[in-house]
Amino acid sequence: MPVDTHCPYCALQCGMRVSAGTVAPREFPTNRGGLCQKGWTSAAVLDSPGRLTVPLVRRDGELRPSTWEDALDLVAARLRALRAEHGPDSVAVFGGGGLTNEKAYLLGKFARVALGTSRIDYNGRFCMSSAAAAGIRAFGMDRGLPFPVTDLAGAGAVLLAGANPAETMPPFMQHLTDAELVVVDPRRTPTAEAATLHLRPAPGTDLALALGILHAVVADGHLDKEYLAERTTGFDDAWRVAAAWWPERAERVTGVAAADQRRAAALLAEADGAYVLTARGTEQHARGTDTVSGWINLALALGLPGRPGSGFGCLTGQGNGQGGREHGQKADQLPGYRRIDDPAARKHVAAVWGVDPESLPGPGPSAVELLDSLGSATKALLVFGSNLLVSAPRSAHVASRLAALDLLVVTDVVASETARQADVVLPVAQWAEEDGTLTNLEGRILLRRRAVDPPSGVRTDLDVLHGLAVRLGQPPQRFPTVAEEVFTELRRASAGGPADYSGVTYDRLRAGEALHWPVVSTDDPGTPRAFLDRFAHPDGLARFVPVDHGGPAELPDAEFPLQVTTGRVLAHYQSGAQTRLVEELVAAAPEVFVEVHPDTAARAGLADGDLARVTSRRGSTVARVRAVASMRPDLLFLPFHFPGAGRANLLTNPALDPVSRMPEFKVCAGRLSTVES
Amino acid sequence: MPRRVVVAGYGMAGARLAEEIRRRDPAGERVALTVVGAERHAAYNRVLLSAVLGGSLRPESVLLQDEGWADEHRVDLRAGTAVTGVDRSARTVTLSDGSTVDYDVLVLATGSRPWLPPVEGLVTEEGLAPGAVAFRTLDDCTRIVDAARPGAPVAVLGGGLLGLEAARGLAHRGNLVTVVHPVGHLMERQLDPAAGRVLAAKLATLGIETRLGVTAARYLPGDGLKLADGTYVAADLVVVSAGVRPASDLAEAAGLATDGGVLVNDALCTSDPRVHAIGDCARHPGTVSGLVQPAWEQAAVLADLLTGANPAARYRGTPVVTRLKARDVDLAALGEVHTEVDSADAEVLCLQDATRGRYAKLVLREDRVTGAIVLGVPDAAAAITQLFDRGTPAPADRLALLLGHAATAPPASPVDLPASATVCRCNTVTKRQLVSAWRAGARSPADLATATRATTGCGGCRDAVRTIADWLATT
Repeated sequence: MPVDTHCPYCALQCGMRVSAGTVAPREFPTNRGGLCQKGWTSAAVLDSPGRLTVPLVRRDGELRPSTWEDALDLVAARLRALRAEHGPDSVAVFGGGGLTNEKAYLLGKFARVALGTSRIDYNGRFCMSSAAAAGIRAFGMDRGLPFPVTDLAGAGAVLLAGANPAETMPPFMQHLTDAELVVVDPRRTPTAEAATLHLRPAPGTDLALALGILHAVVADGHLDKEYLAERTTGFDDAWRVAAAWWPERAERVTGVAAADQRRAAALLAEADGAYVLTARGTEQHARGTDTVSGWINLALALGLPGRPGSGFGCLTGQGNGQGGREHGQKADQLPGYRRIDDPAARKHVAAVWGVDPESLPGPGPSAVELLDSLGSATKALLVFGSNLLVSAPRSAHVASRLAALDLLVVTDVVASETARQADVVLPVAQWAEEDGTLTNLEGRILLRRRAVDPPSGVRTDLDVLHGLAVRLGQPPQRFPTVAEEVFTELRRASAGGPADYSGVTYDRLRAGEALHWPVVSTDDPGTPRAFLDRFAHPDGLARFVPVDHGGPAELPDAEFPLQVTTGRVLAHYQSGAQTRLVEELVAAAPEVFVEVHPDTAARAGLADGDLARVTSRRGSTVARVRAVASMRPDLLFLPFHFPGAGRANLLTNPALDPVSRMPEFKVCAGRLSTVES
Repeated sequence: MPRRVVVAGYGMAGARLAEEIRRRDPAGERVALTVVGAERHAAYNRVLLSAVLGGSLRPESVLLQDEGWADEHRVDLRAGTAVTGVDRSARTVTLSDGSTVDYDVLVLATGSRPWLPPVEGLVTEEGLAPGAVAFRTLDDCTRIVDAARPGAPVAVLGGGLLGLEAARGLAHRGNLVTVVHPVGHLMERQLDPAAGRVLAAKLATLGIETRLGVTAARYLPGDGLKLADGTYVAADLVVVSAGVRPASDLAEAAGLATDGGVLVNDALCTSDPRVHAIGDCARHPGTVSGLVQPAWEQAAVLADLLTGANPAARYRGTPVVTRLKARDVDLAALGEVHTEVDSADAEVLCLQDATRGRYAKLVLREDRVTGAIVLGVPDAAAAITQLFDRGTPAPADRLALLLGHAATAPPASPVDLPASATVCRCNTVTKRQLVSAWRAGARSPADLATATRATTGCGGCRDAVRTIADWLATT
């Protein structure tokens, strides 16, 4: 029986049909019948030889097959002992943006109730946290796209800041074919090639660029004063900052011609409908939240957000990057996008969970800070759906922290690099093998349905949480194992919160209803377009935030004269744990490479195809030289999907954004040399 | 007790210093701050005055701080008063209202004042004659805007950076503008003669006339200027922008060392260690005065020092990049601009395209950009400035660097692509795979899609696949 479902990878959640273990695209608004190579080949992970099918327990230094009972007993016993000796906060949980809403929700509940720990965070911290923080500051609410993706097709102009959807979510490009595209990216990416105007700021200078364009909007008469008066507050303070960033000054910092800044302002202002969209390129910085605020200020000055046919949004990355940041696997959060330090939120959620609000822990440390504490304050770490060894910044340090743990438990579909370091590995079902909901990049809740049977020996993440919770003394009914039951509880827990799912049911989803949150009752059609009447702050107004350019945390110097930036290629997803198991994808992108201007390569004694060493203050990576004439001569680019000595994150700088705690993945100082040197 | 810091001057340097100090010491625990400013209104951004003149920004849009800023930030602001004297032994300053203020540290940020050329009838005992206005302050701007009726002839005395920005602003308002400049080419400090000629031609297309190599001899109010060569320039209004001189009288009277500005070292100290100077009134060996970037960098360094945030902070100078801010004229000049193309020890490239208003000159030494003039090639100007500021070796393809976007080749037809080229990126389909599929019977784009998955991702390669199918059908 063919089953209609969605792709296991990115937040576009392309519609696909799975039958007899093969995948075909289907018509769905976000992908309009398209699939990229990752989607087409996604079924290969179902029966890959790299698949985990039996629990593994480390004995005598080696991971050896075990039974579920023994493995869970062992984990529970160790957790009990560590908690008894060091307190509940000695145990930490690390989640992922690929987990379904049900898993993310139950994981948060498991941490707060069964473990009683405040220490839970997830890899979305590395992904969406800056955009989320800036969105909440400006609009009072964070929904990646507060409008359906299909609205973009009617726009006259779209500015993409640090987004490369032509490689990261290719079918998305179908919505941009008619718009004048302004692409902000230091590299000439495939997305930039499709642009009317490509702005190439030096890495880490996006905020100066946003300020320069805002200045041009005002000086060239594009300011939407009526909108400012009716729907916003705080423009004057934001302008005081932008006034000091006349385009010629912004040009000197960013390298983007003043004339191009003015042209970008005019393209957006004069278009019949315009959107400003951000993604990781502009967000993954130690000043990422402020940078997103800079782009939001620009969109507000042009009068775009909260109007039909125009708007501001961020492009969510991971499959459930949206839902994953709403239901409580984030350190400061409870389900429904509630804050864990809000007494009313604690009371509501504690009532749903049947526990005393006082028993809920407070906010815990963010991802990078949590990883730093491994082996000291944190003795045990449970990882669900995240490959930290490849995807976290400053990999060598992360490896040493993981090694310092008393207990590392990894629950995953495949033997990721992190799983191979674990003391206990628990094999779980994936995407097409189980039911669950995800919330896509436009805040629409989608049902992924079980299409094939999981391999024998495999359990679901919900089973694992149930099994551990019961062993830790929790009542069995508190941790359901049927996805729909968990979702029913999630609806109650989210009711009244910003991300209110209370009106969403599996039946409505099965019937094909397009439900964008908030959905406050079962007869509420949902909210495809948020903010049309008011923004989510109590006064209904959007807020300009006065933000100023600060620049990268680490600047080039004589020892490390180049800048290094990291990103993605089309054929791989995130740490590559899944996609590196697919032969066709490996053939398309077999190994890590470093993109570099041919002159810069030659100066280091390297040519196209040579193996090179890229070094930063934190480590060094070996990568194949890809000489690209369009690169800035002072910039190196490496994709981060590859393991071992090819990990781009051996180089990256864990300097954190003060608001979002996002590390600075997108820029650090580095140098290029031959492998021997 | 916090240290008492008195700042003489509430212009771009003085206001910035106040902000930088309060950023480091928000509660005023380390520094008690008094700022004395001669102008009555809040400090404003002088760089944007040409935008006010051109009508693109309103005067209130260029204020640097809100009215309440000083109060909110514990700054004792004495607006509308000037420092009239310094008693260094008593460590007090006297203000124009007769009061005195004690200081532990005095910062001179008195800026500069316009230099008035010796033109007969231009200056009276009350200052500039009626119908003549300097272009220096926000009030000057308002006076010019009030006096310059659209369509009226205006003369600008001075063809330097500020004079040309004023001229462009006035032309944009609809005035008939003539620039009178005593040197043989415009902006002679920043441009070589050839670039000056291209710039003058470009300005002519915008309705700005230039009279070069000739001085104004006499001002005839309501009539215009009589030039030294005997010719006349009709003008209802004369805007004077012939350069500025550092306002260092106060320092001189106080016995501080000056030489065309108050001399300062890398700690921005004058000859008295308790007196500092920043901005246009200061003279530091690594800086050209009259630009805002050095003033702001000096303010940051001095704030580090005065608050103790970074006692090791030093100001080492600012490499100068001159950027003309004039609508439709894109000009950047930096570093050594006068090095000739036949220089023996530097590599110099030069491209002149006067017809299209373009001029690009690049000076390199040991592969590094050491100078450039870029007119009418905006993206090249931006890229070259980055190389200059960062000291990055310049790409070997110098011509591409000079030409900017213009050097980008049009994309090749898919027919001309090599067989190994990827046609469909979304599904990694090469031209070779498409050709094989076509030979195996997939003749239509739809059949090619089924066979190879080309076009099934973003659909961006649909035209290319159709072109390849058509080409295969006809060869």
